[in-house]
Amino acid sequence: MQYPKLFIFVLVLFTTVELWAKPIVVCESCVVKSISEAVALAIDFDTLLVKKGTYKEYNILIDKPLTLIGENYPIIDGEDQGEIIRIVSDNVTVDGFFIVNVGTSYTTDYAAIRVVKSKNFLIQNIVLEKLFFGIYLEKSNHGKVYHNKIIGDAIDEYNSGNGIQLWYSDHVEVSQNIVQGARDGIYLEFSDNITIHNNKSTNNLRYGLHFMFSDDDVYTDNIFENNGAGVAVMFSKRIKMKGNTFRKNWGPAAFGMLLKEINDAEISGNTFEENTIGIHIEGSNRIEYKANNFVKNGWGIKVLGACYANTFRANNFLYNSFDISYNSKLNDNVFDGNYWSAYTGYDLDKNGIGDVPYRPVKLFSYIVNQTPEAIVLLRSLFMDIIDFSEKVSPVFTPDNLLDTNPLMTKVQ
Amino acid sequence: MRPLQLDLAMLKILKYSFYDLIRSRWSYVYFLFYLLLGFVLLFLNNDVSKAIITLMNVIILLVPLIGTIFGIMYFYNSKEFTELLLAQPIKRSSIFLGQYFGVAGSLTLSLVLGLGIPFVLYGLFKSDAIFDFTLLLVTGAFLTLIFTVLAFNIALSNENKIKGFGYAVLLWLFLAVIYDGLFLMSLILFKEYPLDSFSLGATMLNPIDLSRTLILLKLDISALLGYTGAVFKKFFGTDQGLLISMLMLVLWTVLPIWRLVSVAKKKDF
Repeated sequence: MQYPKLFIFVLVLFTTVELWAKPIVVCESCVVKSISEAVALAIDFDTLLVKKGTYKEYNILIDKPLTLIGENYPIIDGEDQGEIIRIVSDNVTVDGFFIVNVGTSYTTDYAAIRVVKSKNFLIQNIVLEKLFFGIYLEKSNHGKVYHNKIIGDAIDEYNSGNGIQLWYSDHVEVSQNIVQGARDGIYLEFSDNITIHNNKSTNNLRYGLHFMFSDDDVYTDNIFENNGAGVAVMFSKRIKMKGNTFRKNWGPAAFGMLLKEINDAEISGNTFEENTIGIHIEGSNRIEYKANNFVKNGWGIKVLGACYANTFRANNFLYNSFDISYNSKLNDNVFDGNYWSAYTGYDLDKNGIGDVPYRPVKLFSYIVNQTPEAIVLLRSLFMDIIDFSEKVSPVFTPDNLLDTNPLMTKVQ
Repeated sequence: MRPLQLDLAMLKILKYSFYDLIRSRWSYVYFLFYLLLGFVLLFLNNDVSKAIITLMNVIILLVPLIGTIFGIMYFYNSKEFTELLLAQPIKRSSIFLGQYFGVAGSLTLSLVLGLGIPFVLYGLFKSDAIFDFTLLLVTGAFLTLIFTVLAFNIALSNENKIKGFGYAVLLWLFLAVIYDGLFLMSLILFKEYPLDSFSLGATMLNPIDLSRTLILLKLDISALLGYTGAVFKKFFGTDQGLLISMLMLVLWTVLPIWRLVSVAKKKDF
């Protein structure tokens, strides 16, 4: 008796689903020929399927919750006219496009995709070339930027933009992206609770990753290589940095990572390899450095200015020209249980911990801070002799700066 | 005397000096020392490029020291033989050049073979450190040539053995340690002034510093690319810089040789 009613119900359900799920198809020979047109036609929660082809469009305004899917990477060519996609609605997904030729401007930050004051957005599988700004999130929360490839050709800082920029955006996940040749690979300003995971930021003009005034962020397993100056983390609190790789940031003012006014952060399991300076620290307090590898850097860690209550435990310092460099006699940081490849002490009781403390700051690094040209005397016998005498009785370097438990074998 | 005969006389003396050193077993000791050093370093590190850095420290200090001491000892030891040769109708330049190249040649050969064999056995040709290693050996060879001829000059100008020996050791000490101290002091004293060209010049004037910088720029590049490093890298990193540095090393070899010959010609034995 109930069956006919149920049957009708199911039938109605199926027809609505059918209606609902039918995407608006955009292609060069279809009824709908442009993406803007399709967006205007669509109603809330529609899906737009864009077929392979070239669409010369810019200022595409997405003002309702839509899902845009590109089939076989259709090209959206902005012809250097300005912004290409602007999202001003919640729940928008943009997936699988190849976007080129974003306009360059000295007054407006044109972006390939800009998300403005929206929530729950998903931007994935986008390839960007010839861009000004890439993906620009502005006051937009709870979204995801996933698996995009941004290839810029920035030459000068003043007329280039950032690959992925977050401005006043919270709870965003940025993962599996590849950014290269932009001004800053990934740039965060006033953005809290962001997760940056598994990205590869290389060959950018300025920084691979740039943090300003952004708290409680986590960045893990990223690779930053060959950027103009490395990664800069500034004026932020409670940041977690784990398992990242910083490589080959070379140059007069280059570093693997710059920490400026950073408090209560956790830096663990990172690798700093072949940078001019591994970590450059200024005015940063209560940071925990654990299980990092500093390999073949010019300076492993360079400490400038007031840095208090930082702890360095179980790190490996391998073959750096200078392990640690200080510019003052004051030390309030703890070095304990690290492995230093330059350690020459012995371990008579065979407990794996050296019996003589290790002094990581050499007099030579102090001299080089004062007179940078003195670097030409690196590894000369004269320097070894005065380093040795300073080691025996410290005069210029902080006398309480020592690792009392230097490890005899590398931390695995 | 025809030039051909002159050359033959020099080569003959060179051969005598060379075999003399080999017979006295010092060449073997020197050769075995480097052989052992190379094997131990590679055994401990098992990484060709890291072993090269350690080796550089050794070469920068030991090669000049051994060159100096060997040179001065050989000259004083073979003085009677030299005086005997002077009585023969042989050009003086042939006598002294022959002896010099005999000593320097045997030292260089010990160095190159002693270090070369272990590195080749540990797979140098498969490693990308081959250029660094070649540079290391070339500078090592140059340092041998330079310090042996400097020692010969000192010995020629000092009849007193103790005095000559003292001067030779002092020369080594000066170029290996004291020079750098003075260099550093002047850098600190004049730090308000631009010192890039000064430090470049001061490096060029000391063969030990020059060799060290040349090798370091190939190895410790990340540190030297710091603030001042940029100027240095621009100079030493380019082919032109390499060429000029090599030219300086050649000058450091040729000028003392020229002095040796001209003083020996005029000297009353």
